[in-house]
Amino acid sequence: MTNLSTAPTSSDMAPLQSGHLPRFAPLAVGVLAVAVGVLVGGMALGGGVAGALVLGWLTMIVVLPLWSRVVEGGRKAKDRLVTVGVWSTFGLAMIPLVSLTWTVVSKGYGALTPTFFQNSMQGVLGSGGGIYHALMGTLIVTAVATLISVPIGVLTAVYLVEYGNKNLFSRVITFLVDVMTGIPSIVAGLFAYALFQIFFGPGVKMGFAGSVALSVLMIPTVVRSSEEMLKLVPTDLREAAYALGVPKWRTVVKVVLPTAVAGIVTGVTLAIARVAGETAPLLLTAGLTTSLNFNPFEGRMTTLPVFIYSSIQAPGLYVDEMTSMAWGAALVLVVIVMLLNILARVVGSVFAPKSGR
Amino acid sequence: MAKSIDVSDLDIYYGDFLAVQGVTMSIKARAVTALIGPSGCGKSTFLRSLNRMHEVIPGARAEGKVMVDGQDLYDADVDPVAVRREIGMVFQRPNPFPTMSIYENVLAGKRLNATRLKKSDADDLVEKSLRGANLWSEVKDRLGKPGMGLSGGQQQRLCIARAIAVEPQVLLMDEPCSALDPISTAAIEDLIHELKSDYTIVIVTHNMQQAARVSDDTGFFNLKATGEPGHLVEFNPTKKMFTNPDNEATESYISGRFG
Amino acid sequence: MSIADPETEIPPPLGTTSKAGDAVFRGLATASASVILLALAGVAAFLLAQGLPALDGTGAQAYGFDNIWVYVGPLLFGTLLAATIALVFAAPLSLGVALVISHYAPRRVAKGLGWAIDLLAAIPSVIYGLWGIEFLAKQLVPVYMWLEAHLSFIPLFAGPVPTSGRTMMTAGLVLAVMALPIITAICREIFAQTPVMHQEAALALGATRWEMIRLAVFPYGRSGIVSAVLLGLGRALGETMAVALVLSPSIVVSFNLISAEGGDSSSTIAANIALNFGNASGSKIDTLIFTGLVLFVITFAVNFLGRWIAARGVKKG
Repeated sequence: MTNLSTAPTSSDMAPLQSGHLPRFAPLAVGVLAVAVGVLVGGMALGGGVAGALVLGWLTMIVVLPLWSRVVEGGRKAKDRLVTVGVWSTFGLAMIPLVSLTWTVVSKGYGALTPTFFQNSMQGVLGSGGGIYHALMGTLIVTAVATLISVPIGVLTAVYLVEYGNKNLFSRVITFLVDVMTGIPSIVAGLFAYALFQIFFGPGVKMGFAGSVALSVLMIPTVVRSSEEMLKLVPTDLREAAYALGVPKWRTVVKVVLPTAVAGIVTGVTLAIARVAGETAPLLLTAGLTTSLNFNPFEGRMTTLPVFIYSSIQAPGLYVDEMTSMAWGAALVLVVIVMLLNILARVVGSVFAPKSGR
Repeated sequence: MAKSIDVSDLDIYYGDFLAVQGVTMSIKARAVTALIGPSGCGKSTFLRSLNRMHEVIPGARAEGKVMVDGQDLYDADVDPVAVRREIGMVFQRPNPFPTMSIYENVLAGKRLNATRLKKSDADDLVEKSLRGANLWSEVKDRLGKPGMGLSGGQQQRLCIARAIAVEPQVLLMDEPCSALDPISTAAIEDLIHELKSDYTIVIVTHNMQQAARVSDDTGFFNLKATGEPGHLVEFNPTKKMFTNPDNEATESYISGRFG
Repeated sequence: MSIADPETEIPPPLGTTSKAGDAVFRGLATASASVILLALAGVAAFLLAQGLPALDGTGAQAYGFDNIWVYVGPLLFGTLLAATIALVFAAPLSLGVALVISHYAPRRVAKGLGWAIDLLAAIPSVIYGLWGIEFLAKQLVPVYMWLEAHLSFIPLFAGPVPTSGRTMMTAGLVLAVMALPIITAICREIFAQTPVMHQEAALALGATRWEMIRLAVFPYGRSGIVSAVLLGLGRALGETMAVALVLSPSIVVSFNLISAEGGDSSSTIAANIALNFGNASGSKIDTLIFTGLVLFVITFAVNFLGRWIAARGVKKG
């Protein structure tokens, strides 16, 4: 006869039921927190929006863990405390994004008139000026930088992924690309200035020098993103092409690059968005001018970020007008950068090859 | 147009590691030669050395002679890329090009080599190759659709069509059915039977019944011991191999006693 | 069923070569990689060639200082101070935000939240600077007043508070906002890579979510977090515009975070270059380039350390 007396009986087992808060508890405390914040912090103590936020947050982070501690015990209470804390960091991080967007839109909106986009600042005193010259400057300087960076960046990525085989040279290049990623933008500007000064003498300023400075910042980003994308192309596809008797370079150009093109375009677009907003290197190399200049190899060329900076830093006599124009230009710049970011994401998701894997 | 292949004393290395040692065999034209053996015994490596595809793997190299139609594939002035146009390959997993349609996939070998074809010639070639791969009737109405949209078995037949569109002498197949279901496998095996009349076919397989069904000759590869290089144990007509093998190890492998 | 094509009836001999195309393409790719080598060598060489003459001190003397080190020292101090403030705020915040995206938010929401943080990284620095002086600084004045009134015995909060609010603290906070998305992006990736097995093991032991994160997620990502913070530091050190707009140029060592009077607030290397480059010439330019060289070396060291720690972590993990 078998004896089952060693098997656990129900009395040996800890009860699985324990006290827990109802599911609506966080929501309920949240409502309470808003109420306390608005009524007490905002109105009774007269703290305004800031007061309401602080007091509401305090209510939330004190009441919910305390309630939990009474009903659920210490460990759960700590978990709830951390949950509120972690979400608070996110809320805090969103404040600058929201306030920055709001500030730029509300202050910049008024400046956007047709003349604002049609005029340059040549001979403008007070009102009536525009950012046409700066828009064109940004366009030209960034376009030239892209023309320099994309071939070098993509081909370097091709070298690293397809030819490097982790040999010494490719490891050195990978390391240098890492170093380049960390170069402060103003140092890139100093480099381009020092380089052009040798050929054109001290005080040289031209759009092309700005493009070179931006390329120093752009190349590593392009290399990195292209490298990632090329690595994602399955080896199977390369082998399939080789087995058809296709030379390696045609395999890379006709099979590997087309497969990775969506990702590469995304990376390049993000890189353009980044350098389009650069100020410091252009301040040192492309300089500042009030008039239109279409020639990147001759004379100073203003870009939007430099225009914003100088309008604030050296407004001259018409402080209010210049400040308002700076905000207008800031709004335009933010819209351009955001559009580029959205474009990058759309390209990335729409044109990605429909791979079965 | 099919060619025979004579391999003599071929050694294949990965860096300093000797992976396959001393293989000598004669692969007949217009016949199917199957290579069987346990995993890691070097049969796929050997197969790749027949069209120099092993060179794609960094550090891999081969020593010995592989004679096709009187030319040694490993002569100093032989271009591996040209070799691969004569000796095509089909892989374990179907790998159509994801950026190309079915039509473009079949023409890939020509297009990627920048061979100019008249539209009518290109259409003819696509139809011939797809018919050759028993795929024409299934895809003729959607040639413009991406190749990735086909089922696994259809994708594999598309890869075979792509391989025969460059008009090779020899077709190498590296476990072409291991990623497919039984029905697709049967379709590929039928296709191998038909292709035999025009091509020399070498197939690596893990499936002994498949080797028995499709091949005329069979080579059995094995490791001498763990860590030792793989070698060719026995090479004989398939019938003899599966009824009365010369070697004891072959018999125990085929009867399922190991591997 | 033969597939005869009249154009290629005669099979080409095996010697037909495709090597020319391959050699050209390979050469192009190698040349591009070499350009990067040259560019970096160029950055180092030009900065050295133009910067080292400043060691004789003529440029510093032109700015009214005895020698170059008296000039660079305070700027370096200011650079480190601003970056430190930035990290004190950005590092813990980034960890929290990264956790929200990787572990707290529902999967669908998380993607959108991650995108919002990426937008922070996309905003140009000059706009941060503009926002810093025109909005943030003014909002912070009451806070600074309170700090001065109650904590002025601590040198950090000695004051006097300027009405503009343009102080070291403001600059540091703007830098914190700019460093946050970088640190968050790296941490979030590392947290998401924590092996599911470890996490499930912790949960199976009856751990709460927070205990699971402490048991499984943080230990796994430790080296990644450190390297993320260092890369964020690299960004904060090199940032120019936000600081150049918020702070006025000065060459002093001051721990005072909430003052703006010339003698009471430090400035940073990058901002100092931007503010002075326009009217500099001759030996003054050399001096500014030398400070740029110092900045390059410091950021290089920090980034190198960050990547080294990350690489070491990968090998161990």
